[in-house]
Amino acid sequence: MRLELDPNPTSGKVFAAYGLFLLLALFLLGVLFLAYGVSPLRAYGLLFSPLADPLGLAEIARRTIPLLLIGAGLALAFRVGFFNIGAEGQLLMGAVGAAYAALFLPVRPWTLPLMFLLGGGLGALWAGFAAWLRVHFGASEILTTLMQNYLAYYLVVYLVAGPWKGKLVFGFLYTDRFPEEAQLPRLGDTLVHWPTLLLGVAAAALLQALLFRTPLGFAWRVQGENPLAARYLGLPGGRLLLLAALFSGLLAGFAGVGEVAGIHLRLLEPAQISLGYGFTAILAAWLARGRPLFVLLTAPLLGLILAGGDALKMALSMPFRVVDVVSGLLLLALVGAEALSRHRILWRR
Amino acid sequence: MEEALFRAVLFGTPILLASLGALLAERSGVVNLGVEGIMALAALVAFGVALGFTPLLGLLAGVGVGVLGGVILGVFTVTLRANQFVAGLAVAALGLGASGLLGKRYEGVPLGHPLPEGGLALLALFLAFSLHHFLYRTRFGLYLRSVGENPKAADLFGVSVDGVRYGALTLGGGLMGMAGAYLSLAYRPSWTDGMTGGLGWVAIALVILAAWEPLRAIFGAYLFGLLFFLQFRLQGSVPIPSEAFAAMPYLLVILVLALSGRTRAPKALGVPFERGR
Repeated sequence: MRLELDPNPTSGKVFAAYGLFLLLALFLLGVLFLAYGVSPLRAYGLLFSPLADPLGLAEIARRTIPLLLIGAGLALAFRVGFFNIGAEGQLLMGAVGAAYAALFLPVRPWTLPLMFLLGGGLGALWAGFAAWLRVHFGASEILTTLMQNYLAYYLVVYLVAGPWKGKLVFGFLYTDRFPEEAQLPRLGDTLVHWPTLLLGVAAAALLQALLFRTPLGFAWRVQGENPLAARYLGLPGGRLLLLAALFSGLLAGFAGVGEVAGIHLRLLEPAQISLGYGFTAILAAWLARGRPLFVLLTAPLLGLILAGGDALKMALSMPFRVVDVVSGLLLLALVGAEALSRHRILWRR
Repeated sequence: MEEALFRAVLFGTPILLASLGALLAERSGVVNLGVEGIMALAALVAFGVALGFTPLLGLLAGVGVGVLGGVILGVFTVTLRANQFVAGLAVAALGLGASGLLGKRYEGVPLGHPLPEGGLALLALFLAFSLHHFLYRTRFGLYLRSVGENPKAADLFGVSVDGVRYGALTLGGGLMGMAGAYLSLAYRPSWTDGMTGGLGWVAIALVILAAWEPLRAIFGAYLFGLLFFLQFRLQGSVPIPSEAFAAMPYLLVILVLALSGRTRAPKALGVPFERGR
């Protein structure tokens, strides 16, 4: 038996490959649940429980917001060939920028826009640094952006435990609460900070239009498909890469602003600001196949998994690492399914 | 001074083992970004087996986890020719997640009979020299290098590209597993969530710093070990926040990558092999 390339798979085959691998992932997840000592059926039920009631749906929506913003940016970055694994760190930098504007600058009517500007800017800077290292020194952005995640993590820990620690919070590691003017409005009693959601939808649409309807988008796509051809065409490869990195960093920064200004209303420990949004958004972007607009579909799907993971954590007091397991398995299933659907199985040699 | 060097070697040993594993796989043309996860899971399984049976069996179990990780990555990257970077990151997340999920009950449990650190450090050194000998002085080493440089030519000469890559991934995974087991059975010897603390990523960066040469990896690993020792020593005695020290290994990796970004990698690194293309 061997595998041979199949450049134009039928949609039925693609569907079957994805179905097969997703089932496999669910099965392996069940085995892990059993090893942990939980009935797999009960665990699956909890994983999908947020779909059942309005509160659960709001939880999904709340998690969709950062996934949408980051995922749209990553879909662009991946398409151009900048493998940004550091959205998590860029999100944290966005949160840092927002917290600085909210807590240490005089409160004005334009405090919220300023928070987005500062947070988005820091996120873009964080991603741009990795792109600069790649363009000028040839350092793999897969590793540098990943390492920058840890740097941002420790920066936030340092800030909330040290200089920015709130005056009114005694044993806890977080800053004071943001003033009223620095808080995003929410939908009713839920945690859905709708301005950020709108921003995410707009970003996905804008990037889609930019990528497929403008000369810049064309250059981006050539650079991503075939860097050598881009060079022969005289396209500025480095600048294209840098620009895509800045966009994805900016959006990840926005996501960080949304999390602290819309949900937590203060800067706190990094593990509480982001539930692995940066990593999960990679899945959203990967699933969207380099089309920012498709992230409008994939982000809610992954939002469900995060909300379900939270339900698992609450109901069974599982460590939150369970989300790492689910997203790791899902990522393996997706990359495997994508690869399998591109191949034909030949039973003879 | 002597103590510093000794601690540097002991701390450098898991980095050395893991980077030897990554190096072996990369020499055959496959990137294994799953190091951190493989080490984390191997550390846990090794610790569990050592508690239930003997530490030596624990070490073997840790190696076994690594081998299994290598095989899984092989199925995706070699047989299915999936994106190596994405598959590797998935393995990293899976290993970290599974160890954090399953290891809770072992947190804070001491290990009665740890393995000797010095002995394992010597073993790691021996393995580095063996790997050098294997790569440059044996027929199979030549096959492996040729698969990493020019798989098409190797295939034409009758070398099984897929077979060599599976071999390199499994052996390399075994070394990563040993690195994880060293942490929980000899260095600590205990288990805590996140005990690998980024060493797997350091190991991947070290492969680049060492320009894919096992003997250079020895120096690199001990250099990192010395830096970690200094970090440990200086902590508390200088007015620098502890977070800055914790962030140091990651900053170091970025620095290393920037300084040695353009060293020559194996030509076919990261490229799936497809016969007839």
